[in-house]
Amino acid sequence: MTESTQALGNGTILVVGGGIGGLTTALEAAEVGYEVFIVEKNPYLGGRVAQLNQYFPKLCPPTCGLEINFKRIKNNPRIHFFTLAEVEKVSGSPGSYDVTVRLNPRYVNENCTCCDECAKACKMEITDEFNLGMSRQKGAYLPHEMSFPSRYVISPQIIGTEDAQRCKDVCKYDAVDLDMETKTMDLQVGAIVWSTGWVPYDAGRIDNLGFGRYPNIITNMMMERMAAPNGPTEGKVLRPSDDKAPESVAFVQCAGSRDENHLPYCSYICCMASLKQATYVRERYPDAKIYIFYIDLRAPGLKYEQFYQKIKEDKNVFFIKGKVAEVSEDPDSKGITVTAENAMTGEKIHQTVDMVVLATGMQPSAATAKLPADLTYNADGFIVNDFKKGGMFGAGCANRPADVMSSNQNATGMALKAIQTLVKR
Amino acid sequence: MDKKYGVYICTGCGIGESLDIPKLCDVPEEEGLTCKTHGQFCGKEGLEMLKQEIDGGVNTLMIAACSPRVNYDTFDFPGCIVDRVNIREQVVWSHPRDKFPALTEEEKEDEEKFDRVQMMAEDYLRMSMAKTERIILPEPYKLEEEMSKKILVIGGGVTGITAAMDAAKAGYEVTLVEKEEKLGGYAAKMRKQIPVDEPYEKPIEPIIGGLIDELNGLSNVTVKTGAVVARLAGQPGEFFVTFKKPGEKIEFDVPYPLPEEMTLDESGNELDAETLHQKFMEYNEGRKDILTIDPNAEKFGAVVLAAGWKPYKPKEGEFAHLGFGESPDVITNYQFEEMAAAGKITRPSDGKAAKSVVFVQSPGKEDDADFSYSGSTASLVALKHATYLREDYDDAKAYIFYQHMRTPGLSENFYKSVQQDTGIFLSKGRVSAVSKNGDGLTVEAEDTLLGEKIGVKADLVVLGTGMVPATKDDPVVNMAYRQGPGFRDIDLFNGYVDSNFICFPYETQRTGIYAAGTIRRNMTMGECMEDAAGAALKTIQSLESVNRGVSVHPRSGDMTFPDFFFQRCTQCKRCTQECPFGALDDDAKGTPKPNPTRCRRCGTCMGACPERIIGFADYSIDSIGSMVKAVKVPSEDDYTEPPFRVLGIVCENDAYPALDIVGLNKGAFSADVRLIPVRCLGSMNVIWIKDALSQGMDGVFLLGCKHGDDYQCHFVKGSELADIRVKKIGDALASLALEQERVAQFEVAIDDYDKLPKIINDFVESIEALGPNPFKGF
Repeated sequence: MTESTQALGNGTILVVGGGIGGLTTALEAAEVGYEVFIVEKNPYLGGRVAQLNQYFPKLCPPTCGLEINFKRIKNNPRIHFFTLAEVEKVSGSPGSYDVTVRLNPRYVNENCTCCDECAKACKMEITDEFNLGMSRQKGAYLPHEMSFPSRYVISPQIIGTEDAQRCKDVCKYDAVDLDMETKTMDLQVGAIVWSTGWVPYDAGRIDNLGFGRYPNIITNMMMERMAAPNGPTEGKVLRPSDDKAPESVAFVQCAGSRDENHLPYCSYICCMASLKQATYVRERYPDAKIYIFYIDLRAPGLKYEQFYQKIKEDKNVFFIKGKVAEVSEDPDSKGITVTAENAMTGEKIHQTVDMVVLATGMQPSAATAKLPADLTYNADGFIVNDFKKGGMFGAGCANRPADVMSSNQNATGMALKAIQTLVKR
Repeated sequence: MDKKYGVYICTGCGIGESLDIPKLCDVPEEEGLTCKTHGQFCGKEGLEMLKQEIDGGVNTLMIAACSPRVNYDTFDFPGCIVDRVNIREQVVWSHPRDKFPALTEEEKEDEEKFDRVQMMAEDYLRMSMAKTERIILPEPYKLEEEMSKKILVIGGGVTGITAAMDAAKAGYEVTLVEKEEKLGGYAAKMRKQIPVDEPYEKPIEPIIGGLIDELNGLSNVTVKTGAVVARLAGQPGEFFVTFKKPGEKIEFDVPYPLPEEMTLDESGNELDAETLHQKFMEYNEGRKDILTIDPNAEKFGAVVLAAGWKPYKPKEGEFAHLGFGESPDVITNYQFEEMAAAGKITRPSDGKAAKSVVFVQSPGKEDDADFSYSGSTASLVALKHATYLREDYDDAKAYIFYQHMRTPGLSENFYKSVQQDTGIFLSKGRVSAVSKNGDGLTVEAEDTLLGEKIGVKADLVVLGTGMVPATKDDPVVNMAYRQGPGFRDIDLFNGYVDSNFICFPYETQRTGIYAAGTIRRNMTMGECMEDAAGAALKTIQSLESVNRGVSVHPRSGDMTFPDFFFQRCTQCKRCTQECPFGALDDDAKGTPKPNPTRCRRCGTCMGACPERIIGFADYSIDSIGSMVKAVKVPSEDDYTEPPFRVLGIVCENDAYPALDIVGLNKGAFSADVRLIPVRCLGSMNVIWIKDALSQGMDGVFLLGCKHGDDYQCHFVKGSELADIRVKKIGDALASLALEQERVAQFEVAIDDYDKLPKIINDFVESIEALGPNPFKGF
């Protein structure tokens, strides 16, 4: 087969971050015909969306789209990915960058067959970060069933312990390598797309909303894990204090977002996320009552508006226009009373519920730790792109708050911007 | 290629402990095939062994081990056919010996005893042997004539211009066609625009002029103004495009399909192909058939459709309660923009300065919805319009009544900056009436921040009406496709060219044609420009895929394409009609004409064909049918109480991975089922079901994706079409005196792995309750 590459430029593209946006940029560019590297800090690809139970508005599982993307990677020799990897240093200019990548040890090599024997042998349990600390897991683990690559990880926390040795001894396939060390690797690339994603805003910093103080106040990301069939409760939505089925749940919108003391911007997804999570509760508990406290309900676009209309038809879902000012806990029942001011009438509303979900917003990963490259950020840590200069681009939620669909739109366009840099050279 | 087969059974991962490996090896060996085993084929030594085999001439490998979802790169041997027989996840792991005990030595002596799990593994080997015999290595599809890499962009507004520039800057030739005499679209008709960059705070001067200048400076872009697409025929890599002046009638105007009622005769039966075609030509008098290529057409490789929007036109009396149509001083936001672009804001009724203007964002008599087609853009537009007023008059007052201020993401900055202006009042509120008050208007609003019921005196009232996608009433792209000139099913999306894919936002039902901008969704110019870049990338990707002879998403890289054995075609047109991507056109006689580069390789045509004449190099009626027939169906001749046999036809995209996870989690389902993965349930041909039942299998189930408005099928229609076919099979079953319940389809999502064992076991139990298939043993 002869390949005409007349229109294709020279060079490779580095995508930093293997979440849904990064995967999209990488795949879209590779399917044009370019070589692409993906550098992902987690031991698996998929990023934040891998932790979600369902997408709005279709209420479909994110693993479905991820699976297709993984299949595209498997079928495409132009994509090379590294997990447990982080970019340490970038130098150079558009068309020619030298990148140093740190490869953290997994302590498990490609011989792993996912037989689970190492996990069985390991006695020590560590915090399960994938479940946001809501559960514990063995020191040797598969991050989640559909992890890609499907390979176990041995936590650095057990390295040097007898547990680590037990994992090695029990492995029939010589897959455990406790001598693995941190390595660095140099890449020469023509363009870099920073798809470093977002972190949930630290709800503990929002003093008046009681997160961390009262067990029955959780965040929206915790709700996703709870509702997920592979989550800490195997898909059951339960009140953390007593594992009871909640009869009432309040959603507090703009928990941190649109607030000068926290995130001054709108996080784009939280209204839709709470509407979606209302369905999680309602599907499981036909009598449960839902109270959604909001400033404005932002359902941008036809499908989102239709979804909001559908939720509104549910007589057990109540919408209250008002910002929540404070929360308090009944020490006996552990129920939470939410106090808000009705924006229309000015009256104070007190609503007692079994459980509260804080619709916390998204913060760009770069807000807390700047990236090791010459990039421009806005005041909130989002990357500001300079398309005239080209070369490096912030994509998806590293660039601005966005839902999955617009992240993927953006990520597709960024693949072209990266290609343009290569063609120019 | 001359096939030399080799069967390799891995004994690692618990396979060797669970199965009687020598007995399993008997299966290929009895057919004269070599069979080798190893404790870990994916390990260094095991791989070395496989490589030696290949060096020794083996080119068709059956590797009975783990799922093809893992070790995909380990067992990738270029030039060889590799069939992965999934005996790990879907046999051994999902049928643990504590639930499915192996035979004891004593039992092995008893001819009445059988080991269900062993039987399962043996069947899967047989199925693989049958399949590999019937498949060949695919070769890339090449167009007969040289392909075009030129990109056509339809629409010369901000989206089209950006798409054209983005594609051109990546090195491609681009032609941009715009129906107006001038470029720019609505972006050129505004006083100011919503910001497109950091800090997203203030309205900015229109950027369109700069974009047009930049476009004109690109040597690889050709601009055609005052022109539209009359028809676009052919396929990616060779689209033949006829341009014309707007409003002109030409013979290469695209013909429209016959309305459904015209396709039937008096008694309601479908007319024959030739009569249909005759009627079609009469219906489209003066227009050439879709298969007639315009000799003067220009050739393009792929298309960006950026046809833009039209201002919403309220119907007569639609907003009478808001005074629209009653008073000339109630206008739409579009009319307001026109006025602002032309000069100062005045009252249409008397031309006096309008110093008190009310912006109404929701027509809501009862609910809190905004005007239709307004999305979040209408909120931003109202904010921008309020700043125009304040720009014109220091003492002017703007009131914006909204139900929800929709300024998502960083556009919140714009909202906040407008809030700083003390002359702009923003409040949630329901506008209940607009009435005349002297030479002005009174706007009544309820539930506002200013009071429960207030009246505002206004010179002018502006309704926040929406932007209607150009594709709502006009296909614009005018595809000369048998399925019709526009995108299918866009009524589901109120006329937006959307596919409702979250993960893959650019996938349309027409390969090589990518929509961008406000025909997809309500967007600001900033969003449109971003969208344009993505659509431009997709056109380039589609060109390069044609160039390599491979499919685009979701079977990216697939080199196979449907092959037709036309001698046996009965011109039933089902393939043409059912293809979700409109890849087939039929001729005057009804014979399908394939357009391989439009095809997404889902196999829906193969599933639809009653004559079974469509197949792919590595996936055909015969390859799957032979797998069905390879399943051993024990009868009373074999055992007094023979086990049941149930066939499962499984979507490889979602149900198959979910079944793997069942295995990984050591879940368990009946060992009497035999699973066959398919590209999409749409490719399921009912002959497989009939074959299964007529050879004595007791039931057949299909596992596929959710269908309906929120479909999850990657090929849009596959699971829905399979469902229809399964429902129709009832009559055929009745004629065989078989119960309809023996065939069923279940919707399964990829994360339904916890539910799958029960779905399968319940079905098997229901079959057991019906009793064995009476055809067994015949």
